[in-house]
Amino acid sequence: MDTPQYNTDIVRSFILWSVIWGLVAVLVGVIVSVQMTNPELNFPPYFTFGRLRPIHTNAGIYGWAVGVIFATFYYIVQRLCKIRIWSDKLATFQLWFFNATIIAAAVSLLLGYTTSKEYHELEWPVDIMVVVLWVAFSINIIMTIIKRKEEQMYISLWYMMAAIIGVAILYLVNAAAIPVSLFKSYSLYAGTNDANVQWWFGHNAVAMVLTAPPLAMFYYFLPKSTGVPIYSHKISIISFWSLIFMYLWTGAHHLLWTPVPDWIQTLAMAFSLMLIAPSWGSVINGYLSMKGQWHQMRDNYLVKFLIIGITFYGLQTLQGPMQAIRSFSAFIHYTDWVPAHIHMGTMGWVSMIAFASIYFLVPRIYNKELYSVPLANLHFWLILTGQLIWSISLWIAGVLQAGMWNAINPDGSLTYTFMETMVEMYPYWWARTIGGVIFLTGVLVFIYNLVKTIRSGEKLAPSAVTAEGRA
Amino acid sequence: MWEKRPVLFLILATVVIMIGTTITMIVPFLSVNTEADRIDSVKPYTPLQQEGRDIYIREGCNNCHTQTVRPLVSEVLRYGEYSKSGEFVYDRPFLWGSKRTGPDLARLGGKYPDAWHYKHMAAPRTMIPGSNMPDYGWLSDNPLDPQMVQRKMEILDFPYNADQISALIDKNEMDAIVAYLQKLGSDIPWRKAAETTIVGEITNPYAGASHADMEGWEKIYKSNCSACHGEHHEGDIGPELIGVNYEDDELFQIIFNGISDGGMPAFGSLGTDKVWKITNFLKYYNEEEGHKE
Ligand code: HEC
Ligand code: HEC
Ligand code: HEM
Ligand code: HEM
Repeated sequence: MDTPQYNTDIVRSFILWSVIWGLVAVLVGVIVSVQMTNPELNFPPYFTFGRLRPIHTNAGIYGWAVGVIFATFYYIVQRLCKIRIWSDKLATFQLWFFNATIIAAAVSLLLGYTTSKEYHELEWPVDIMVVVLWVAFSINIIMTIIKRKEEQMYISLWYMMAAIIGVAILYLVNAAAIPVSLFKSYSLYAGTNDANVQWWFGHNAVAMVLTAPPLAMFYYFLPKSTGVPIYSHKISIISFWSLIFMYLWTGAHHLLWTPVPDWIQTLAMAFSLMLIAPSWGSVINGYLSMKGQWHQMRDNYLVKFLIIGITFYGLQTLQGPMQAIRSFSAFIHYTDWVPAHIHMGTMGWVSMIAFASIYFLVPRIYNKELYSVPLANLHFWLILTGQLIWSISLWIAGVLQAGMWNAINPDGSLTYTFMETMVEMYPYWWARTIGGVIFLTGVLVFIYNLVKTIRSGEKLAPSAVTAEGRA
Repeated sequence: MWEKRPVLFLILATVVIMIGTTITMIVPFLSVNTEADRIDSVKPYTPLQQEGRDIYIREGCNNCHTQTVRPLVSEVLRYGEYSKSGEFVYDRPFLWGSKRTGPDLARLGGKYPDAWHYKHMAAPRTMIPGSNMPDYGWLSDNPLDPQMVQRKMEILDFPYNADQISALIDKNEMDAIVAYLQKLGSDIPWRKAAETTIVGEITNPYAGASHADMEGWEKIYKSNCSACHGEHHEGDIGPELIGVNYEDDELFQIIFNGISDGGMPAFGSLGTDKVWKITNFLKYYNEEEGHKE
């Protein structure tokens, strides 16, 4: 059987750049974390917390997560369609335009050009760059799928296509603005409407960037790594369609108790609870695919990343719906609990799956044996420890803070002033920085391992190459 | 069969995505920000305020500060009347935020005098020890661009006049941001309404407290009052308080309700007990005696 000539250069380049932007994201994460405990480390006008925090979130989501999405999707789509990507030129253009966009984003945010909308801070000229980038990517992926040689579209392709459409709709609607100058625009929507549109966007950015694409990777790389197919096709179908149906109703769970109409909040709360089912559909499908293979958790570092990753996803999708309940939201909304939720998702789920995917890809596209499996294991334990310290300390902080904000004396007055509650957070913010530094060390170990693999790793044994063709 | 037809798949996925989108995102436009929401006393921003708002966005203050008070007991006590949809109709973009590293600012307008803000923005920790808010004194060095502000007012379709624009020449970014902060949440007259007139007899529960008792109350004064009235009551942003000459209950009322047009915040949320302690401390505590040993 002759294998088609796949484009691996594009996969290599996207891996390289996504890892670089990932490192930037984590570094800036540590910096903003330190700024919260040591405000004297704000250096105005550019390097203040208010301007750096969006750089951290944008580098994390658009540089790291989206970068890995580009890399893995280009790899996966060629294998699943048994055909080279539709256009090499378009892909190369997309690579450089991607880097240009991330740099434009970072510079413009440092300069203070921001819309202030979370995960959509970029001002309109950079917004347009993001749109061009996404269109280029979408065309290439969709055309490859249309021209495919394999009739059946595998689960991963469903999640990819849903993400492609989802991001396009969300981004365009939330971007609508009237420019005042090259660097400033006003949202087309005002006040409560703007809030509702923004969080319809915000939560579904979580769905279409931080959920669907990592699921596409999970569904592809888990069977590839274990050598055993996904347990149930039926569960995959039901989870997929109900997931993309339900997510869109839930945006207002970020706006509980605000002036947004009550009925939207109630729908958001109900659909968030229902979302547990399709989310856990994938978790259970993943676990059951491990039947008889659990020993691989010990023997196969890839499986370790993937299974702990999907476990974080499982926890995330139980905690999220809980936060969407009005009474619980009244308690933890606005506190440090929420960043702990976010980072279990981004550092646990998204990054774990991304690391596994890259570990899977690099030996195959460079045709080299991984430099060191013990280092990969060390990497695993460092990021796991770092992330757990990060989230656990801030969950405690969040509950403490919420308790103090809500404490009321017998005479009906508040027990604590704001500052009395705020200074209690410092030890936890310190702990978070420590967790962050451990995570950062893990990322550096990862990068070292990759560089060593590419530079000096052993040539891959022929048997392993054939294993790639499996499934 | 959808598993074998990408175009059909894309169409199906779009339809599925659009259902929730239509109902929870598009339909609300029919009711939100319409007549039903309108509050007559809510006015658009002036040129100076709008520019201040844009600086607030530029500096990312929304990464630490929220701007919505939820209808929850503790929140209304801490920040003031809960937020109404109609108060935000001129906000492009909205700035409700998602994280309260610092306090909510939705009801900030009129809480402090301007002088407090200038001092606090320049060096938050000199006023509030333990704060992690960055210093923003450098905003005072940046002039405003009246032409750009005028353009913004045109695009937003907010009323303004030529005098307001020409007055911007003498203002800097700090003036703008303070003007904006003073407008926040003050378009509805909630502060007066929130004042409590204490009915019935009020008696000082700590009348005749000893010097030693009152010593412990000094820290309540220090953490709430010194920033404006000085460490030793000598006065700063607020007037000197040495030898204040009010009856116990009058003094209690001033501290409990504040002086809403004078820039003296209300401290009722501390509770009657603490307010009585401060009252006694202020009136009867003699610092000198404390130093005699
Ligand atoms: C790192 C987080 C952070 C950033 C960024 C930040 N603040 Fe603050 N802010 C705080 C904290 C904490 C407090 C409470 C302590 C204090 O008053 O300094 C506070 C208090 C305030 C207060 C007093 C509120 C009250 O009711 O007492 C105002 C006004 C304020 N900030 C305005 C701003 C503005 C305007 C900006 C942007 C230019 C800004 N802040 C940026 C953290 C922040
Ligand atoms: C944000 C600054 C600020 C803070 C904080 C503040 N005050 Fe004041 N206070 C003022 C101002 C300004 C006035 C003058 C108001 C007026 O007379 O119009 C004033 C007036 C007063 C007066 C009336 C003085 C007189 O001579 O009539 C008393 C008493 C007083 N404050 C006590 C307190 C106490 C006690 C605290 C702490 C619990 C406190 N203030 C905190 C700003 C402040
Ligand atoms: C069933 C699934 C999920 C539900 C119902 C859910 C629910 C929520 C809720 C209610 C909040 C708002 C918390 C608050 O501010 O009070 C939130 C915040 C957030 N969640 Fe989740 N979550 C889910 C899964 C995930 C996943 C898988 C991720 C992946 C990383 C994630 C990332 C985030 C992020 C980034 C925010 C922060 C938004 C902000 O800036 O305020 N969530 N989630
Ligand atoms: C060492 C690792 C990391 C550290 C130390 C770190 C630190 C931080 C800090 C300090 C904040 C601000 C929290 C606040 O305002 O209270 C933050 C916010 C955020 N970070 Fe990270 N981060 C790390 C990794 C990541 C990664 C890898 C991603 C994404 C892929 C990410 C995504 C986000 C997001 C989305 C927010 C916004 C939270 C919100 O809206 O409340 N972070 N991070």
